Amino acid sequence: MKTLVVGIGHPDRGDDGVGAMVVRLLVGRVPEGVALHTRLGDLLGLLDDWAGFDRVICIDAAEPAGTPGRLYRFDLDEQHLPPGVPVSSSHAIGLTEAVALARVLGTAPAELLVFAVEGACFEHGAGLSREVAEAAYVVAERIAAEIEAAGDWVD
Amino acid sequence: MATKTIKVDYLARVEGEGALDLHIENGVVARAQLRIFEPPRFFEALLRGRSYMEIPDIVARICGICPIAYQNSSVHAIEHAFGATVDGPLRALRRLIYCGEWIESHALHIVMLHAPDFLGFPDGIQMARDHGDAVRGGLALKKVGNEIMRVLGGREIHPVSIRPGGFYRVPTRAELAPLGESLKGARDLAVQTLRWVAQFPFPDLEQDYEFVAMRHPDEYPMNEGRLVSSKGIDIDIADYDTVFEERHEEHSTALHSVVKARGAYLVGPMARYALNFDRLPASVQALAHEAGLGPVCRNPFRSIIVRAVEVVYACEEAMRIIAEYNPPPAPFVALEPRAGEGFGCSEAPRGICWHHYTFEADGSVKTARIVPPTSQNQPSIEADLRVGAAQVMDEPDDVIRHRCEQIIRNYDPCISCSTHFLKLTVHRG
Repeated sequence: MKTLVVGIGHPDRGDDGVGAMVVRLLVGRVPEGVALHTRLGDLLGLLDDWAGFDRVICIDAAEPAGTPGRLYRFDLDEQHLPPGVPVSSSHAIGLTEAVALARVLGTAPAELLVFAVEGACFEHGAGLSREVAEAAYVVAERIAAEIEAAGDWVD
Repeated sequence: MATKTIKVDYLARVEGEGALDLHIENGVVARAQLRIFEPPRFFEALLRGRSYMEIPDIVARICGICPIAYQNSSVHAIEHAFGATVDGPLRALRRLIYCGEWIESHALHIVMLHAPDFLGFPDGIQMARDHGDAVRGGLALKKVGNEIMRVLGGREIHPVSIRPGGFYRVPTRAELAPLGESLKGARDLAVQTLRWVAQFPFPDLEQDYEFVAMRHPDEYPMNEGRLVSSKGIDIDIADYDTVFEERHEEHSTALHSVVKARGAYLVGPMARYALNFDRLPASVQALAHEAGLGPVCRNPFRSIIVRAVEVVYACEEAMRIIAEYNPPPAPFVALEPRAGEGFGCSEAPRGICWHHYTFEADGSVKTARIVPPTSQNQPSIEADLRVGAAQVMDEPDDVIRHRCEQIIRNYDPCISCSTHFLKLTVHRG
């Protein structure tokens, strides 16, 4: 399956940068045929990012809820992104809306996995908080392991 | 008298957060207040003491949708203060990147934010089930607009290549060529979008607006021109304060702007179009007529058609610029800082974006003042709400609520810029 990993969020806005961090950690860790991409801001662009891919793995920050670094994994073939665990977006179109729109338009990838990491701080110019940085390593390991276990990526 | 209250805790499909209080007494809309409560962001104070070279990158952060407007207005003001003229290919490239911003901003608003109101859908996603081709077309248009901004600006959100005097880097002809190809398809999509929106059902509402826009001797306005109005204003941009006034209203953290002599005025696509219809190419004028528009449109709901006309224009204009482009000898004109003041004004997708700076001799900012489009339109939005709500006052509350939200979305308000949006409270007495 043509596989894409997308880190969502802005690397200069504290824990919003967890997606970009995971993508950086995956460089050299996943087979060359797996595409790595970061997307900040306009999530409507995801519809273009994942065109032609069969499997897409997104990493995004989730809003603070008292447990920074808490990791969620959603297989969107089986689950919806629950409203109680909102994936953070400072824009009108978030990941939930982008996925819903792609499904309506028939352009969503066949497999869509979302890893969401609960953030603590989204201040401009801040780095990742310690718990979220630790979680980024865990997410990177899990994604690398899942891709390897699937063993069905193609260039 | 019984009082009835309707609340909308969150208004979707606008940039930002705010609230609306509608007071109905004895069957009459007594007061309509658009309350913008987003805290001020103090950009003007933030700029004081910073080098003129930092201004375009700082003001770009005012808005993620229309950073080009802020960047362009600021560089024009800086060049005005330092006595520099930027023309030829550099001027054309500024116009080209502005075309990109108009295309992406208008396309998003038309298809994802505004069209659902007319077709009875809660949002663009639900609408896409029945109007998939229109949504795909809008998204494809937005992508082309973003691509123009990326190729010229380095990235589509908060571009980094615009600088006082020109650009840090200018594209080669070969780099622009693919954009020219994409724009041919985009122009077709823009015409399809225009024909699609022209068929929508529009409520009857005509307002006697004072339209305010820039006017250029030869061009449909973007970066340069005088400030003119449909009620006789014709001034240099430096004279803004002689005719216009910003006022603080208790219910809004965004300053309201008025014409001192008369009050509310309207900026944005309908104003640009009404005051510059003769500056549109015949091809675009013909499409506007085909879409049912005359040279002036006073129905705020039909602003969606005017926006669609402007998207067609921006595609054609971008194609023209690319076809005629030859790279300049240098990517920017060198500037000599000096003490003084400068004014800049450009046509953001939502209307004029006016800047005024004073500088120290070393080019550091002494004072800065920025008047964004949405704050200028607040009094006109409230005037539309008074009239528009009155038309449906006998209807159930959810009908009134929807009509008010639609009226506000007619303006594509960027409350993030003016300071976000909407809780609606209807008080019935």
